Amino acid sequence: MRHIISLLMENEAGALSRVSGLFSARGYNIESLTVAPTEDGTLSRMTIVTHGSDAVIEQITKQLDKLIDVVSVMDLSEGEHIERELMLVKTRAEGDAREELKRLTDIFRGRILDVSEHTYTIELTGARVKLDSFIEAIGRDLILETVRTGASGIGRGNRILSL
Amino acid sequence: MEMTGAEITIRCLQEEGVEYLFGYPGGAVLHIYDAIFQQDKVKHILVRHEQAAVHAADGYARSSDKVGVALVTSGPGLTNAVTGIATAYLDSIPMVVISGQVPTFAIGEDAFQEVDAVGITRPCVKHNFLVKDVKDIASTLKKAFYLAKSGRPGPVLVDIPKDVSSHRTEFVYPATVNIRSYHPKGKGDSQQIRQAAQMLLEAKRPMIYAGGGVVLASAASQLTELVQLLGFPCTNTLMGLGGYPANDKQFVGMLGMHGTYEANMAMQHCDVLVAIGARFDDRVIGNVEHFAQIPRKIIHIDIDPSSIAKRVKVDVPIVGDLKLVLDELLTVLRSSRQKPDVTEMANWWKQIEEWRVIGGGLRYKNSSEIIKPQFVIETLHKITGGDAFVTSDVGQHQMWAAQYYKFNHPRRWINSGGLGTMGFGLPAAMGVQLKHPGETVACVTGEGSIQMNIQELSTCKQHRLPIKVLSLNNGYLGMVRQWQEFFHGNRFSESYMDALPDFVKLAEAYGHVGIRIDKPCDVEPAMQEAFARKNDLVFMDFRTDPTENVFPMVPGGKGLSEVVLSEDL
Repeated sequence: MRHIISLLMENEAGALSRVSGLFSARGYNIESLTVAPTEDGTLSRMTIVTHGSDAVIEQITKQLDKLIDVVSVMDLSEGEHIERELMLVKTRAEGDAREELKRLTDIFRGRILDVSEHTYTIELTGARVKLDSFIEAIGRDLILETVRTGASGIGRGNRILSL
Repeated sequence: MEMTGAEITIRCLQEEGVEYLFGYPGGAVLHIYDAIFQQDKVKHILVRHEQAAVHAADGYARSSDKVGVALVTSGPGLTNAVTGIATAYLDSIPMVVISGQVPTFAIGEDAFQEVDAVGITRPCVKHNFLVKDVKDIASTLKKAFYLAKSGRPGPVLVDIPKDVSSHRTEFVYPATVNIRSYHPKGKGDSQQIRQAAQMLLEAKRPMIYAGGGVVLASAASQLTELVQLLGFPCTNTLMGLGGYPANDKQFVGMLGMHGTYEANMAMQHCDVLVAIGARFDDRVIGNVEHFAQIPRKIIHIDIDPSSIAKRVKVDVPIVGDLKLVLDELLTVLRSSRQKPDVTEMANWWKQIEEWRVIGGGLRYKNSSEIIKPQFVIETLHKITGGDAFVTSDVGQHQMWAAQYYKFNHPRRWINSGGLGTMGFGLPAAMGVQLKHPGETVACVTGEGSIQMNIQELSTCKQHRLPIKVLSLNNGYLGMVRQWQEFFHGNRFSESYMDALPDFVKLAEAYGHVGIRIDKPCDVEPAMQEAFARKNDLVFMDFRTDPTENVFPMVPGGKGLSEVVLSEDL
């Protein structure tokens, strides 16, 4: 099953490689991994999307928690949470397609950030499925390149990951 | 007062009460060696290879409850140390390894003797640090010692660039350490402990399975009390030997791949299993699916939550310091009016006794013609009164030592269980002998393993370490040969050790005493003579039966009850 694991860690050199090294050393999957400092510059917040049985996910969270630099770990998928990912898509935009692409972008609540004679660069935010559907909707033929950040996640309401 | 980073490093070791520093000098640690030269509190032991420095620090730590400390230079110094670090990591041994690094301004430029020490060791340390500022040396070393010793112990590497060790700053050693992301558990959950107690009291076929954690937590007396209070059978893992006295009738022997029949059968057929500081690894329970075929309740007590429910499902997990958890469990059990059911226990012990008979105990066919390796270990036990520190290398001799030397006390059996590092035994024995100067230290090895760190005979000479080396020389890499015989159609691919040196002459060349023993009748007299030489290292080259195999054996991937008892006994 797909899980979104969120963790707070010391914002120190090498901390990221401790996490990524753990995943490769123990053979765990990583679908995506995002990391950036928080409002407290000494801490980084990381979101990892992974797949595994309940037993594997339990091991992943325990092993992450065991890393000395990791302050706290939460499996967001265990409760209500929000998942968002940012995608930038550069498409061919010529002739009739220009109007159609603009319409689709509006429907998906995206924005066109850059327009050139032959291309659009579209920004879209949402859960993974929404971004996938957008790609399906405009069709792969038109796409020149895509950049996705990977998911960031946060718990709803009182589910807070802090020190 | 301002001091150099190097002086601060050594002062920190003094503050931590470090007696011995095992190491090897080189360019990146020259400042630190200069600081060592100018003091006499921390004694430096010069080894002949960095791997041995780490194993020696490891042996020192295993035989005491202190942190072992090693010092190596950058580049090859560090890479040579990695096997030792990984050995300590797999067996959770508290250790601090200090490595030199090229100067900070040269890092990343492929400088002479530069490797990414923090990167290379990351997967085999509990934690590691690169110290980039002289002001951070003291606080980093304080953290390193704390991390190495607390919680689940393990090796911690501190990498110090050469310029950092030469810069100057005020020395302040922090009195306390606080790492906000690290809070090892002390006491266990009281409710879980009460639940475990109830489960134990209601058990019909209980089993106590204790591992290296008991030794590391210095909780052997608590374990013994628990086993005797309940009257349950107890088994130890390879790492846990000595955690429960082997001469006690409630001890059913070591379990696992080369464990006793009764220990493995009781493990397989029990209805309540309590695992204490053990981790259900593949050499212990064999095939996980086979193990799970018979339902049983499992109580798992461990300091490391990630050890729990890693390979088997657990009904009552208890995370905490084993000593504190067992103390609390004992209190609950003593205050309970309920006692284990006498009839059920009698039946269970009757069953175990039957398994003891079927298994026939540990046995081998002795010979008056050729030396049987098991006989050497039995004689060692007899000569040393079962009270020696025994280190071992890896292979058949390790298993025979584990089986036939009955350990009654913890920290006496020193072996590389997790990583299985050949070359561990002799350098580990150096650390043990330094920690216990008046005691008998025996290194059980083979002609294969000993050659992986034989250069340490020179270190032993320099530091006058009267270790007794017992080499079971069968001319083969015995365990490899055994597997080739069983599973590879007797094709002994590269397991024959041709062109062996004359070990007697070799020992003599290093300035020690060498004895070659060819006949069974000479085993005991030779050992008498060797152990009487209190001040000499004696190398005993026992020519043993090359066809002897280790039994019982649970073949790899098989279940605990699918054991092969012997060839022809």
